[in-house]
Amino acid sequence: MSDNQISFVRTHMLPEAPPPVAATGVVKWLRENLFSSPANSLLTIVSLYVVIDIVISAAPWFLNGVWDSPSLSACRDILDGNVGGCFAVLSERWNQLLFGFKYPSELYWRPGLAFILLFVAGAPLLFFKLFPSKMLIFTGLYPFIAYWLIWGGSLLVPVFALLGVLLGAFVYKRTVSASAGMAVIAGFVAALIFWILSGFITAPMANVLAIEPVPSRDMGGFMINLMLGVVCVSLSVPFGIMLALGRQSSMPIIKWICVVFIEFIRGVPLITLLFVANVVLAYFLPPGTAFDLILRVIIMITMFASAYIAEVIRGGLAALPRGQYEAADSLGLDYAQAMQLIILPQALKISIPGIVNVAVGLFKDTTLVSVISMFDIVGMIRGPILASAEWNGVYWELFGFAALLFFVTCYGISQYSQWLERQLQTDHR
Amino acid sequence: MAAETQMKVSDQVAVEINKMNKWFGAFHVLRDIDLTVYQGERIVIAGPSGSGKSTLIRCINALEEHQKGSITVDGTVLSNDIKNIDRIRSEVGMVFQHFNLFPHLTILENCTLAPIWVRKTPQKEAEDIAMHFLEKVKIPEQADKYPGQLSGGQQQRVAIARSLCMRPRIMLFDEPTSALDPEMISEVLDTMIELAEEGMTMLCVTHEMGFARKVANRVIFMDQGQIVEQNEPEEFFNNPQSERTKLFLSQILGH
Ligand SMILES: Nc1ncnc2c1ncn2[C@@H]1O[C@H](COP(=O)(O)OP(=O)(O)OP(=O)(O)O)[C@@H](O)[C@H]1O
Ligand SMILES: [Mg+2]
Repeated sequence: MSDNQISFVRTHMLPEAPPPVAATGVVKWLRENLFSSPANSLLTIVSLYVVIDIVISAAPWFLNGVWDSPSLSACRDILDGNVGGCFAVLSERWNQLLFGFKYPSELYWRPGLAFILLFVAGAPLLFFKLFPSKMLIFTGLYPFIAYWLIWGGSLLVPVFALLGVLLGAFVYKRTVSASAGMAVIAGFVAALIFWILSGFITAPMANVLAIEPVPSRDMGGFMINLMLGVVCVSLSVPFGIMLALGRQSSMPIIKWICVVFIEFIRGVPLITLLFVANVVLAYFLPPGTAFDLILRVIIMITMFASAYIAEVIRGGLAALPRGQYEAADSLGLDYAQAMQLIILPQALKISIPGIVNVAVGLFKDTTLVSVISMFDIVGMIRGPILASAEWNGVYWELFGFAALLFFVTCYGISQYSQWLERQLQTDHR
Repeated sequence: MAAETQMKVSDQVAVEINKMNKWFGAFHVLRDIDLTVYQGERIVIAGPSGSGKSTLIRCINALEEHQKGSITVDGTVLSNDIKNIDRIRSEVGMVFQHFNLFPHLTILENCTLAPIWVRKTPQKEAEDIAMHFLEKVKIPEQADKYPGQLSGGQQQRVAIARSLCMRPRIMLFDEPTSALDPEMISEVLDTMIELAEEGMTMLCVTHEMGFARKVANRVIFMDQGQIVEQNEPEEFFNNPQSERTKLFLSQILGH
């Protein structure tokens, strides 16, 4: 055979072969990941030392922890000078941390049930591929059921609230083919008028089909944070979508309303808005209107979050190639159909990380309501619990517990969103 | 075949464009366009880059708005009324250079979407229609995949099937093969030729001159926003009249 042979003819084709089995094993993994170079080895050893040190010094605090004691001083007696956490405050006051100090304890099952139903209602929405879409009917009814369970009172109130929503949706459907933007406004106005009018019916019939009512000022604890978080996130996504689309509207009035709203809200700190909700709104409302404080706070936080989400979604819309709009148009889809079927599913998918970012931030910001004297979990800790004679001075355990609750929730949201992104990936790049 | 295709296919007018002008801001893209397309006619539009070919066919389904003159599609004058535009769009299919399939939907869903939502066809029936046209473009086995999993040629054939599912009376093609690798061009052209043989009214912007010779009744040459020359393909290629046409043909057929 000569070296400079160029011509070559394959005499037989190679069969398909399986890929080589990658070398595995603990030792190989360690060597590749932790000890691949002298510097890396040094870092590994130092980090290991720090981790072990932290675990060793923190362990007694947890292991010696006292779970059963009536007060901090009793707890210190039990510990007898040893290092140890005083977790008894959690087992003594768990109900206040979760429900506030005035929610009737014999009714704890109602918000508890609402919390469990939240998962039933959320599942078909969050895991839409795994559950039958019929379950979404329950999801639609859930807000009204949960309201009734938590606040109690006459069943007529949530029923009329639901009817108002249905009326708004009906008006929207009837007018959407003329102009989507105007249809949204018409739907809102119809629902609002219906609610105001229905107030005249429900007010005198407060005892019809009623369960024991619990006023808003009796609510507190982590329940408030969860309620505000869930309600405001689920409202601010649709409002954010509307604002983002409105901002691109060809109708100047709608466009300007959206731009001014977004820019104004984003330029104001949330805490200012909360003070407005607490104090200023009361001046503007006609005296005697029992405009619930929680409702006012929900409106403010929702406005705040929707402005941010609108900007996130605007980014998603801008990232879509123009060809998608043109293809939808060229098939004869109208504006609402093109948005609902083609544009928004793709724009929202791109926006998931940004929306989750806002949602997680918003959920943690619900603790700000403690400054307008609402007793959410932080308000409970700083107020009634730390001020009590028994538990004055227990900081780590209480705030650690609050942090743990928030961390579990936020980490869950973050994991879910990453899972969702993988589910929605269809481009196979 | 050649003699047959050169006959005027029918007396029924599909598209009538009358003294149509369009501006992008101050830039006069289309100038006094007059064009009558008969039902069943296959028209190829050629011309140098920037001459306004895409803009012209995009005006026909109102993806671009024209400012002067009139466009009549299938007896309906294009106006600014949204309902009127949506109706005309559902009668006119369009195939784009970059396919523009919906990446979040499967091939089948891409094809059934518009019939279900615009024509209100029941889902089952829409799926049958979609499978029929997917078979026609020879990729029924890909129905459950996503566009991202298909080759360019396959995607373009899906895009054609997607348009056909609306049972359009007129098809517009904007350089359907110019984003494709050479070996995929012929599979798309074959699909288009088949469509032409069935008598579909087609307006096609393309530089595939073989395709033009084979199926076109008429070739239109545009330059600087105007129709410079139009003729039967044989005459157009063998005996171009204007200097611009000659120059253009020598450039694209030169190599
Ligand atoms: N949306 C727009 N705004 C402003 N100018 C535009 C717009 N779209 C196209 N043009 C301009 O109009 C002219 C005609 O564009 P058109 O896309 O119709 O050309 P074409 O003949 O299709 O060219 P090509 O062969 O490159 O596709 C070009 O000069 C282009 O720069
Ligand atoms: Mg073009």
